Amino acid sequence: MNPLVYTRYELLRTLRNRRFFLLSLGFPLILFFVIAGPQRNVQNFDKTGIPAPLYYMIGLAAFGTMSAMLSCGARIAAERAVGWNRQLRISPLSTRNYFRAKVVTGYMMALISLAALYIAGASLGVSLPANEWLKMTGLILVGLVPFAALGILLGHMLTPDSIGPAMGGGISLLALLGGTWFPIPSHGLLHVIAQLLPSYWLVQASHVAVGGHSWAAKGWIVTIVWTVVLSVLAARAYRRDTGRV
Amino acid sequence: MTRSGGIELAGLTKSFTSPQGPVRAVRGIDVSIAVGETVALLGPNGAGKSTTIDMILGLLEPDKGTVSVFGRSPSKAVDQGAVGAMLQTGALIKDLSVRELVTMIASLYPAPLDVREVLELTGTDEFADQRTNKLSGGQTQRVRCAVALVSNPELLVLDEPTAAMDVEGRHSFWATMRAFAARGKTVLFATHYLEEADAYADRAVLMAHGRIVADGPTNEIKAMVGTRTIRATLSDVDLDALAALPGVSGAERRGELATLSCTDSDAAIRALLAAYPGARDIEIAAAGLEEAFLELTGGEDE
Repeated sequence: MNPLVYTRYELLRTLRNRRFFLLSLGFPLILFFVIAGPQRNVQNFDKTGIPAPLYYMIGLAAFGTMSAMLSCGARIAAERAVGWNRQLRISPLSTRNYFRAKVVTGYMMALISLAALYIAGASLGVSLPANEWLKMTGLILVGLVPFAALGILLGHMLTPDSIGPAMGGGISLLALLGGTWFPIPSHGLLHVIAQLLPSYWLVQASHVAVGGHSWAAKGWIVTIVWTVVLSVLAARAYRRDTGRV
Repeated sequence: MTRSGGIELAGLTKSFTSPQGPVRAVRGIDVSIAVGETVALLGPNGAGKSTTIDMILGLLEPDKGTVSVFGRSPSKAVDQGAVGAMLQTGALIKDLSVRELVTMIASLYPAPLDVREVLELTGTDEFADQRTNKLSGGQTQRVRCAVALVSNPELLVLDEPTAAMDVEGRHSFWATMRAFAARGKTVLFATHYLEEADAYADRAVLMAHGRIVADGPTNEIKAMVGTRTIRATLSDVDLDALAALPGVSGAERRGELATLSCTDSDAAIRALLAAYPGARDIEIAAAGLEEAFLELTGGEDE
């Protein structure tokens, strides 16, 4: 019994699914080039004092990694639809090992997406000191934890035909309210709501690179609370999900 | 691994809610299967076979009653790798070769069989390096069989395993299963083919409408439900006289059409023609399981 073999084959399967791979990684990249490309020489974007390519690179880093993480849910929904989930349930695979494989796969996708965006950014002239790259990357990886749980939760609740719209809408809304596309006003109701969302802090994490601050205590608390709540719900959804789909 | 007893189902009950109201899928069944026995769960569609199997596998929680698998709860037995199954529905996940998929499953179990041996045993070695999404229906079934076997379970559960197989596929499938059962394993399979139960099981448990209507050695069950019917157009005959013919267990008529249920249709047809040379439009048919069950259960279904 070697629990790592399962994780290894999960990773292999993800890398081999070229259509899934290219679509989930390609979309943020295409957006980046389409939006940032024409503005590559804008040095003071929208009076923010930073170049346009950098602004969009970090915005899409939050969006792209969030999509990559949640795309795991779509794969879970597809596995359930063909009955594979039930096959796994009559094996000794533990909930922990199952979750680990899914989370590791999600992180692999997120890291590849991040690397692709960094390279794309560099190709349009983005350059940052090494410690800022690292700090931003580290904080994004932490900010993604609740999304790993959310992906598993949605995967075990939805069917393949409903997960597409749910994810598309959900990601757009989370990205919008998190401040991916435009800055959230610094006070008012929208600000209060945004600060309670994990996507807001994910966007803040990527803003480290543009002179943003690391997370305040509130960021850690919000991220931890979402992680705990979504993990509990995901574990429950997984345990209950033994019926025929 | 300690084994106390085999599979014990006691008072097992399960209902579902459907738009048409509650469906009482399993209505209080008691079954006891000894270690090493091969048992067929026989019944028409909707008899409650799959629901029963899901409860044995721990995929469904019974409303009432208990399941014990080698003296443990189903989920405990599953966690310890004592159970393997080929479920009724289910495709394979994509983007792995057959060999990789079987290896992946083997890695989850404490004492799996050798992957190469299983591939040979199930005849999947010929296409072991093909991706699972490139296989034919029959090949997919064989891979599912390999997935169930590689876990080397003490209890192997097969839910209508041959439903999608051709005749040749069935033969080699059952040959494989027989070889596996010969290792002292307990095998439970659901089927609606009487011939399959007869050929491959020591014992058959008959289910209809969520209940067990018969349970015994397969030859007895076969005698019980393996009836044939003779239909013939006869004018002016007394039902009692028909029922008294050799080989006939029951008779009914609608107008001039008489229907005889036969335990021995050969004897019955000879006697019928001798007694009633005017009999016309004669048909002899094997009664389907469905009809046999209706007969056994008296057609009741509240």
